[in-house]
Amino acid sequence: MAAKLVAVNRRKFLKIAGAAALGLTGSPAVPLLAREPTWLPPVTAEPLTARRWAMVVDLRACLHEDGCRDCIAACHRAHNVPDFGNPKDEVKWIWKEHYGEAFADQAYDYVSAGFEHREVLVLCNHCDNPPCTRVCPTQATWKREDGVVMMDWHRCIGCRYCIAACPYGSRSFNWRDPRPAIAEITPQFPTRTRGVVEKCNFCEERLAVGLLPACVEACRNRGLAFGDLEDAGSEVRRILRTRYAIRRKPGLGTQPEVYYLV
Amino acid sequence: MFEKALSGDRRYWGWIIVLLAVIATGGRFYLRQLEYGLGITGLSRDVAWGFYIAQFTFLVGVAASAVMVLLPYYLHDFKAFARVTILGEFLAISAVTMCVMFILVDLGQPARAVNIMLYPSPRSILFWDLIVLNGYLLLNVVISRVSLAAERKGEAPPLWIKPVIVLSIPWAVSIHTVTAFIYSGLAARPFWLTAILAPRFLASAFSSGPSLLILLCLILRRLSNFDAGKEAVQKLAVIVTYAMLVNVFFVLMEFFTALYSDIPEHVEHFRYLYLGLEGHAELVPWMWASSALALLAVLLLVSRRLREQPAWLALACITVIVSIWIEKGLVMVVTGFVPSPLGKVTTYVPTVPELLISLAVYGCGALILTLLYKIALSVRGELRA
Repeated sequence: MAAKLVAVNRRKFLKIAGAAALGLTGSPAVPLLAREPTWLPPVTAEPLTARRWAMVVDLRACLHEDGCRDCIAACHRAHNVPDFGNPKDEVKWIWKEHYGEAFADQAYDYVSAGFEHREVLVLCNHCDNPPCTRVCPTQATWKREDGVVMMDWHRCIGCRYCIAACPYGSRSFNWRDPRPAIAEITPQFPTRTRGVVEKCNFCEERLAVGLLPACVEACRNRGLAFGDLEDAGSEVRRILRTRYAIRRKPGLGTQPEVYYLV
Repeated sequence: MFEKALSGDRRYWGWIIVLLAVIATGGRFYLRQLEYGLGITGLSRDVAWGFYIAQFTFLVGVAASAVMVLLPYYLHDFKAFARVTILGEFLAISAVTMCVMFILVDLGQPARAVNIMLYPSPRSILFWDLIVLNGYLLLNVVISRVSLAAERKGEAPPLWIKPVIVLSIPWAVSIHTVTAFIYSGLAARPFWLTAILAPRFLASAFSSGPSLLILLCLILRRLSNFDAGKEAVQKLAVIVTYAMLVNVFFVLMEFFTALYSDIPEHVEHFRYLYLGLEGHAELVPWMWASSALALLAVLLLVSRRLREQPAWLALACITVIVSIWIEKGLVMVVTGFVPSPLGKVTTYVPTVPELLISLAVYGCGALILTLLYKIALSVRGELRA
């Protein structure tokens, strides 16, 4: 048995282990023990893979629905992001900023139709050249081969150097125990402990079971596209071929993988 | 040798008890921080580093400044420093210990600190900083112990220690350079993104550290029979004078580049510091005080007549230390986060628990320094009866 397990890769192993755990407990929603790996989502489909994941945000789709928070709610619910209701303890993975702040270097007076006060969806850019992973003293955050910038919440020592290094303010710190501030815990995903950094993970746990990111799925205007930037036939490539897109702070050389259609 | 620290008069024990009380008080609050999390401090999502990291930065400078007595003594054979080298090394040991403690109390998961060694990350400057800091601590422990043991036996120190001492000189420069690199390599923080940060750190270190050493010499002369000698103190005063002039010069260079180039994200930090931004002006009086004190310090120091009088010299040294403490220990770290990369201006004010925990770390440093100085002075048999 052990030899057989060594032969399968880690992902397959987790799948098997997850399926086994689900089978044992009977119901995936009720963990036997808090530390059981019940966060593994049910194995339903082949994983989505890519050579470089990227997202395209259509700001016009967003503009039609000022005040819409569907994608944010879906993400924060899926990932057990706490809501403390105060800016000091705030944790967020995806949120809306004013255009003038999200694109400070591209804002100007008399920008078309009050654009400056419109809201822009922002999240971790999953940079191709991420400054946050470079500074981490424990490699608790790293870039996966498919471009997803990952976090290991069990290795993070909470030095917050990555927060200082991120030019997009995409990272949050757990200033206190997040669990009491989660309205309803989603058992398929781990909660965090106090003292570690967290951020958007491009829904790597959903990609692993063939699902698109929660925000992409939640958008009622289909304003978010997600796909493989290195695949010429992918939807993100099709959009980038036909529409002009911008990225946040391109001058810093971080190569963000979140593109904005204005 | 350590038994020397266990005998002393009432004043000595009184001071030790005061320090232990300060440490115990802060220690209790640290336990609360462990339980509640770093939310007990004034830090927030936008201002992620504050008082702890700022004290760390200031104290790296104090530690590095020991080189200002070692270099003239060992490389230029400046004999007047013979009696103060050990004070400089002990000050370095105390300061580096506080640096490491300030990093530890700032960690969200201090129990995992060992991960830095388990998963060495040569691309991270923080990794290198811990290596140079611990290396510097080790160098100073070895050097001071070997020299003091030799002095006690009335022998010349062993030959092998000389290259170790010479190594400690560039090593001292490295600790503050690497500490500056933590900040000056971040594209996200325009306020720190300046090549002159490391030279500036060194200049402010070489003025504030020797200032502290002068004050310690003046205090020891009153409390014990130890006399560093007028020549040593005056030479230190000259070092402080030049270092402070260079420091002020470097700061003016920063002003010029930021203000003349007029790049908004560079200018805004200076505006926040000196004028306030969006109604947030908490640091403004501190910054003006720091600048005014720096100017006063320069005026006091460049006058040789004033500098040669211990009272005026002491005042000048206090002025230098307070000015640089405000700059490095209060303002410089926080301002990197204000405004944030998204243009947000967030107020940061350290909380009472945060200040008491910091005070406890300073208490530990003072305790280490007291014990070490007591040992050194007892070994020399220079204490009053």
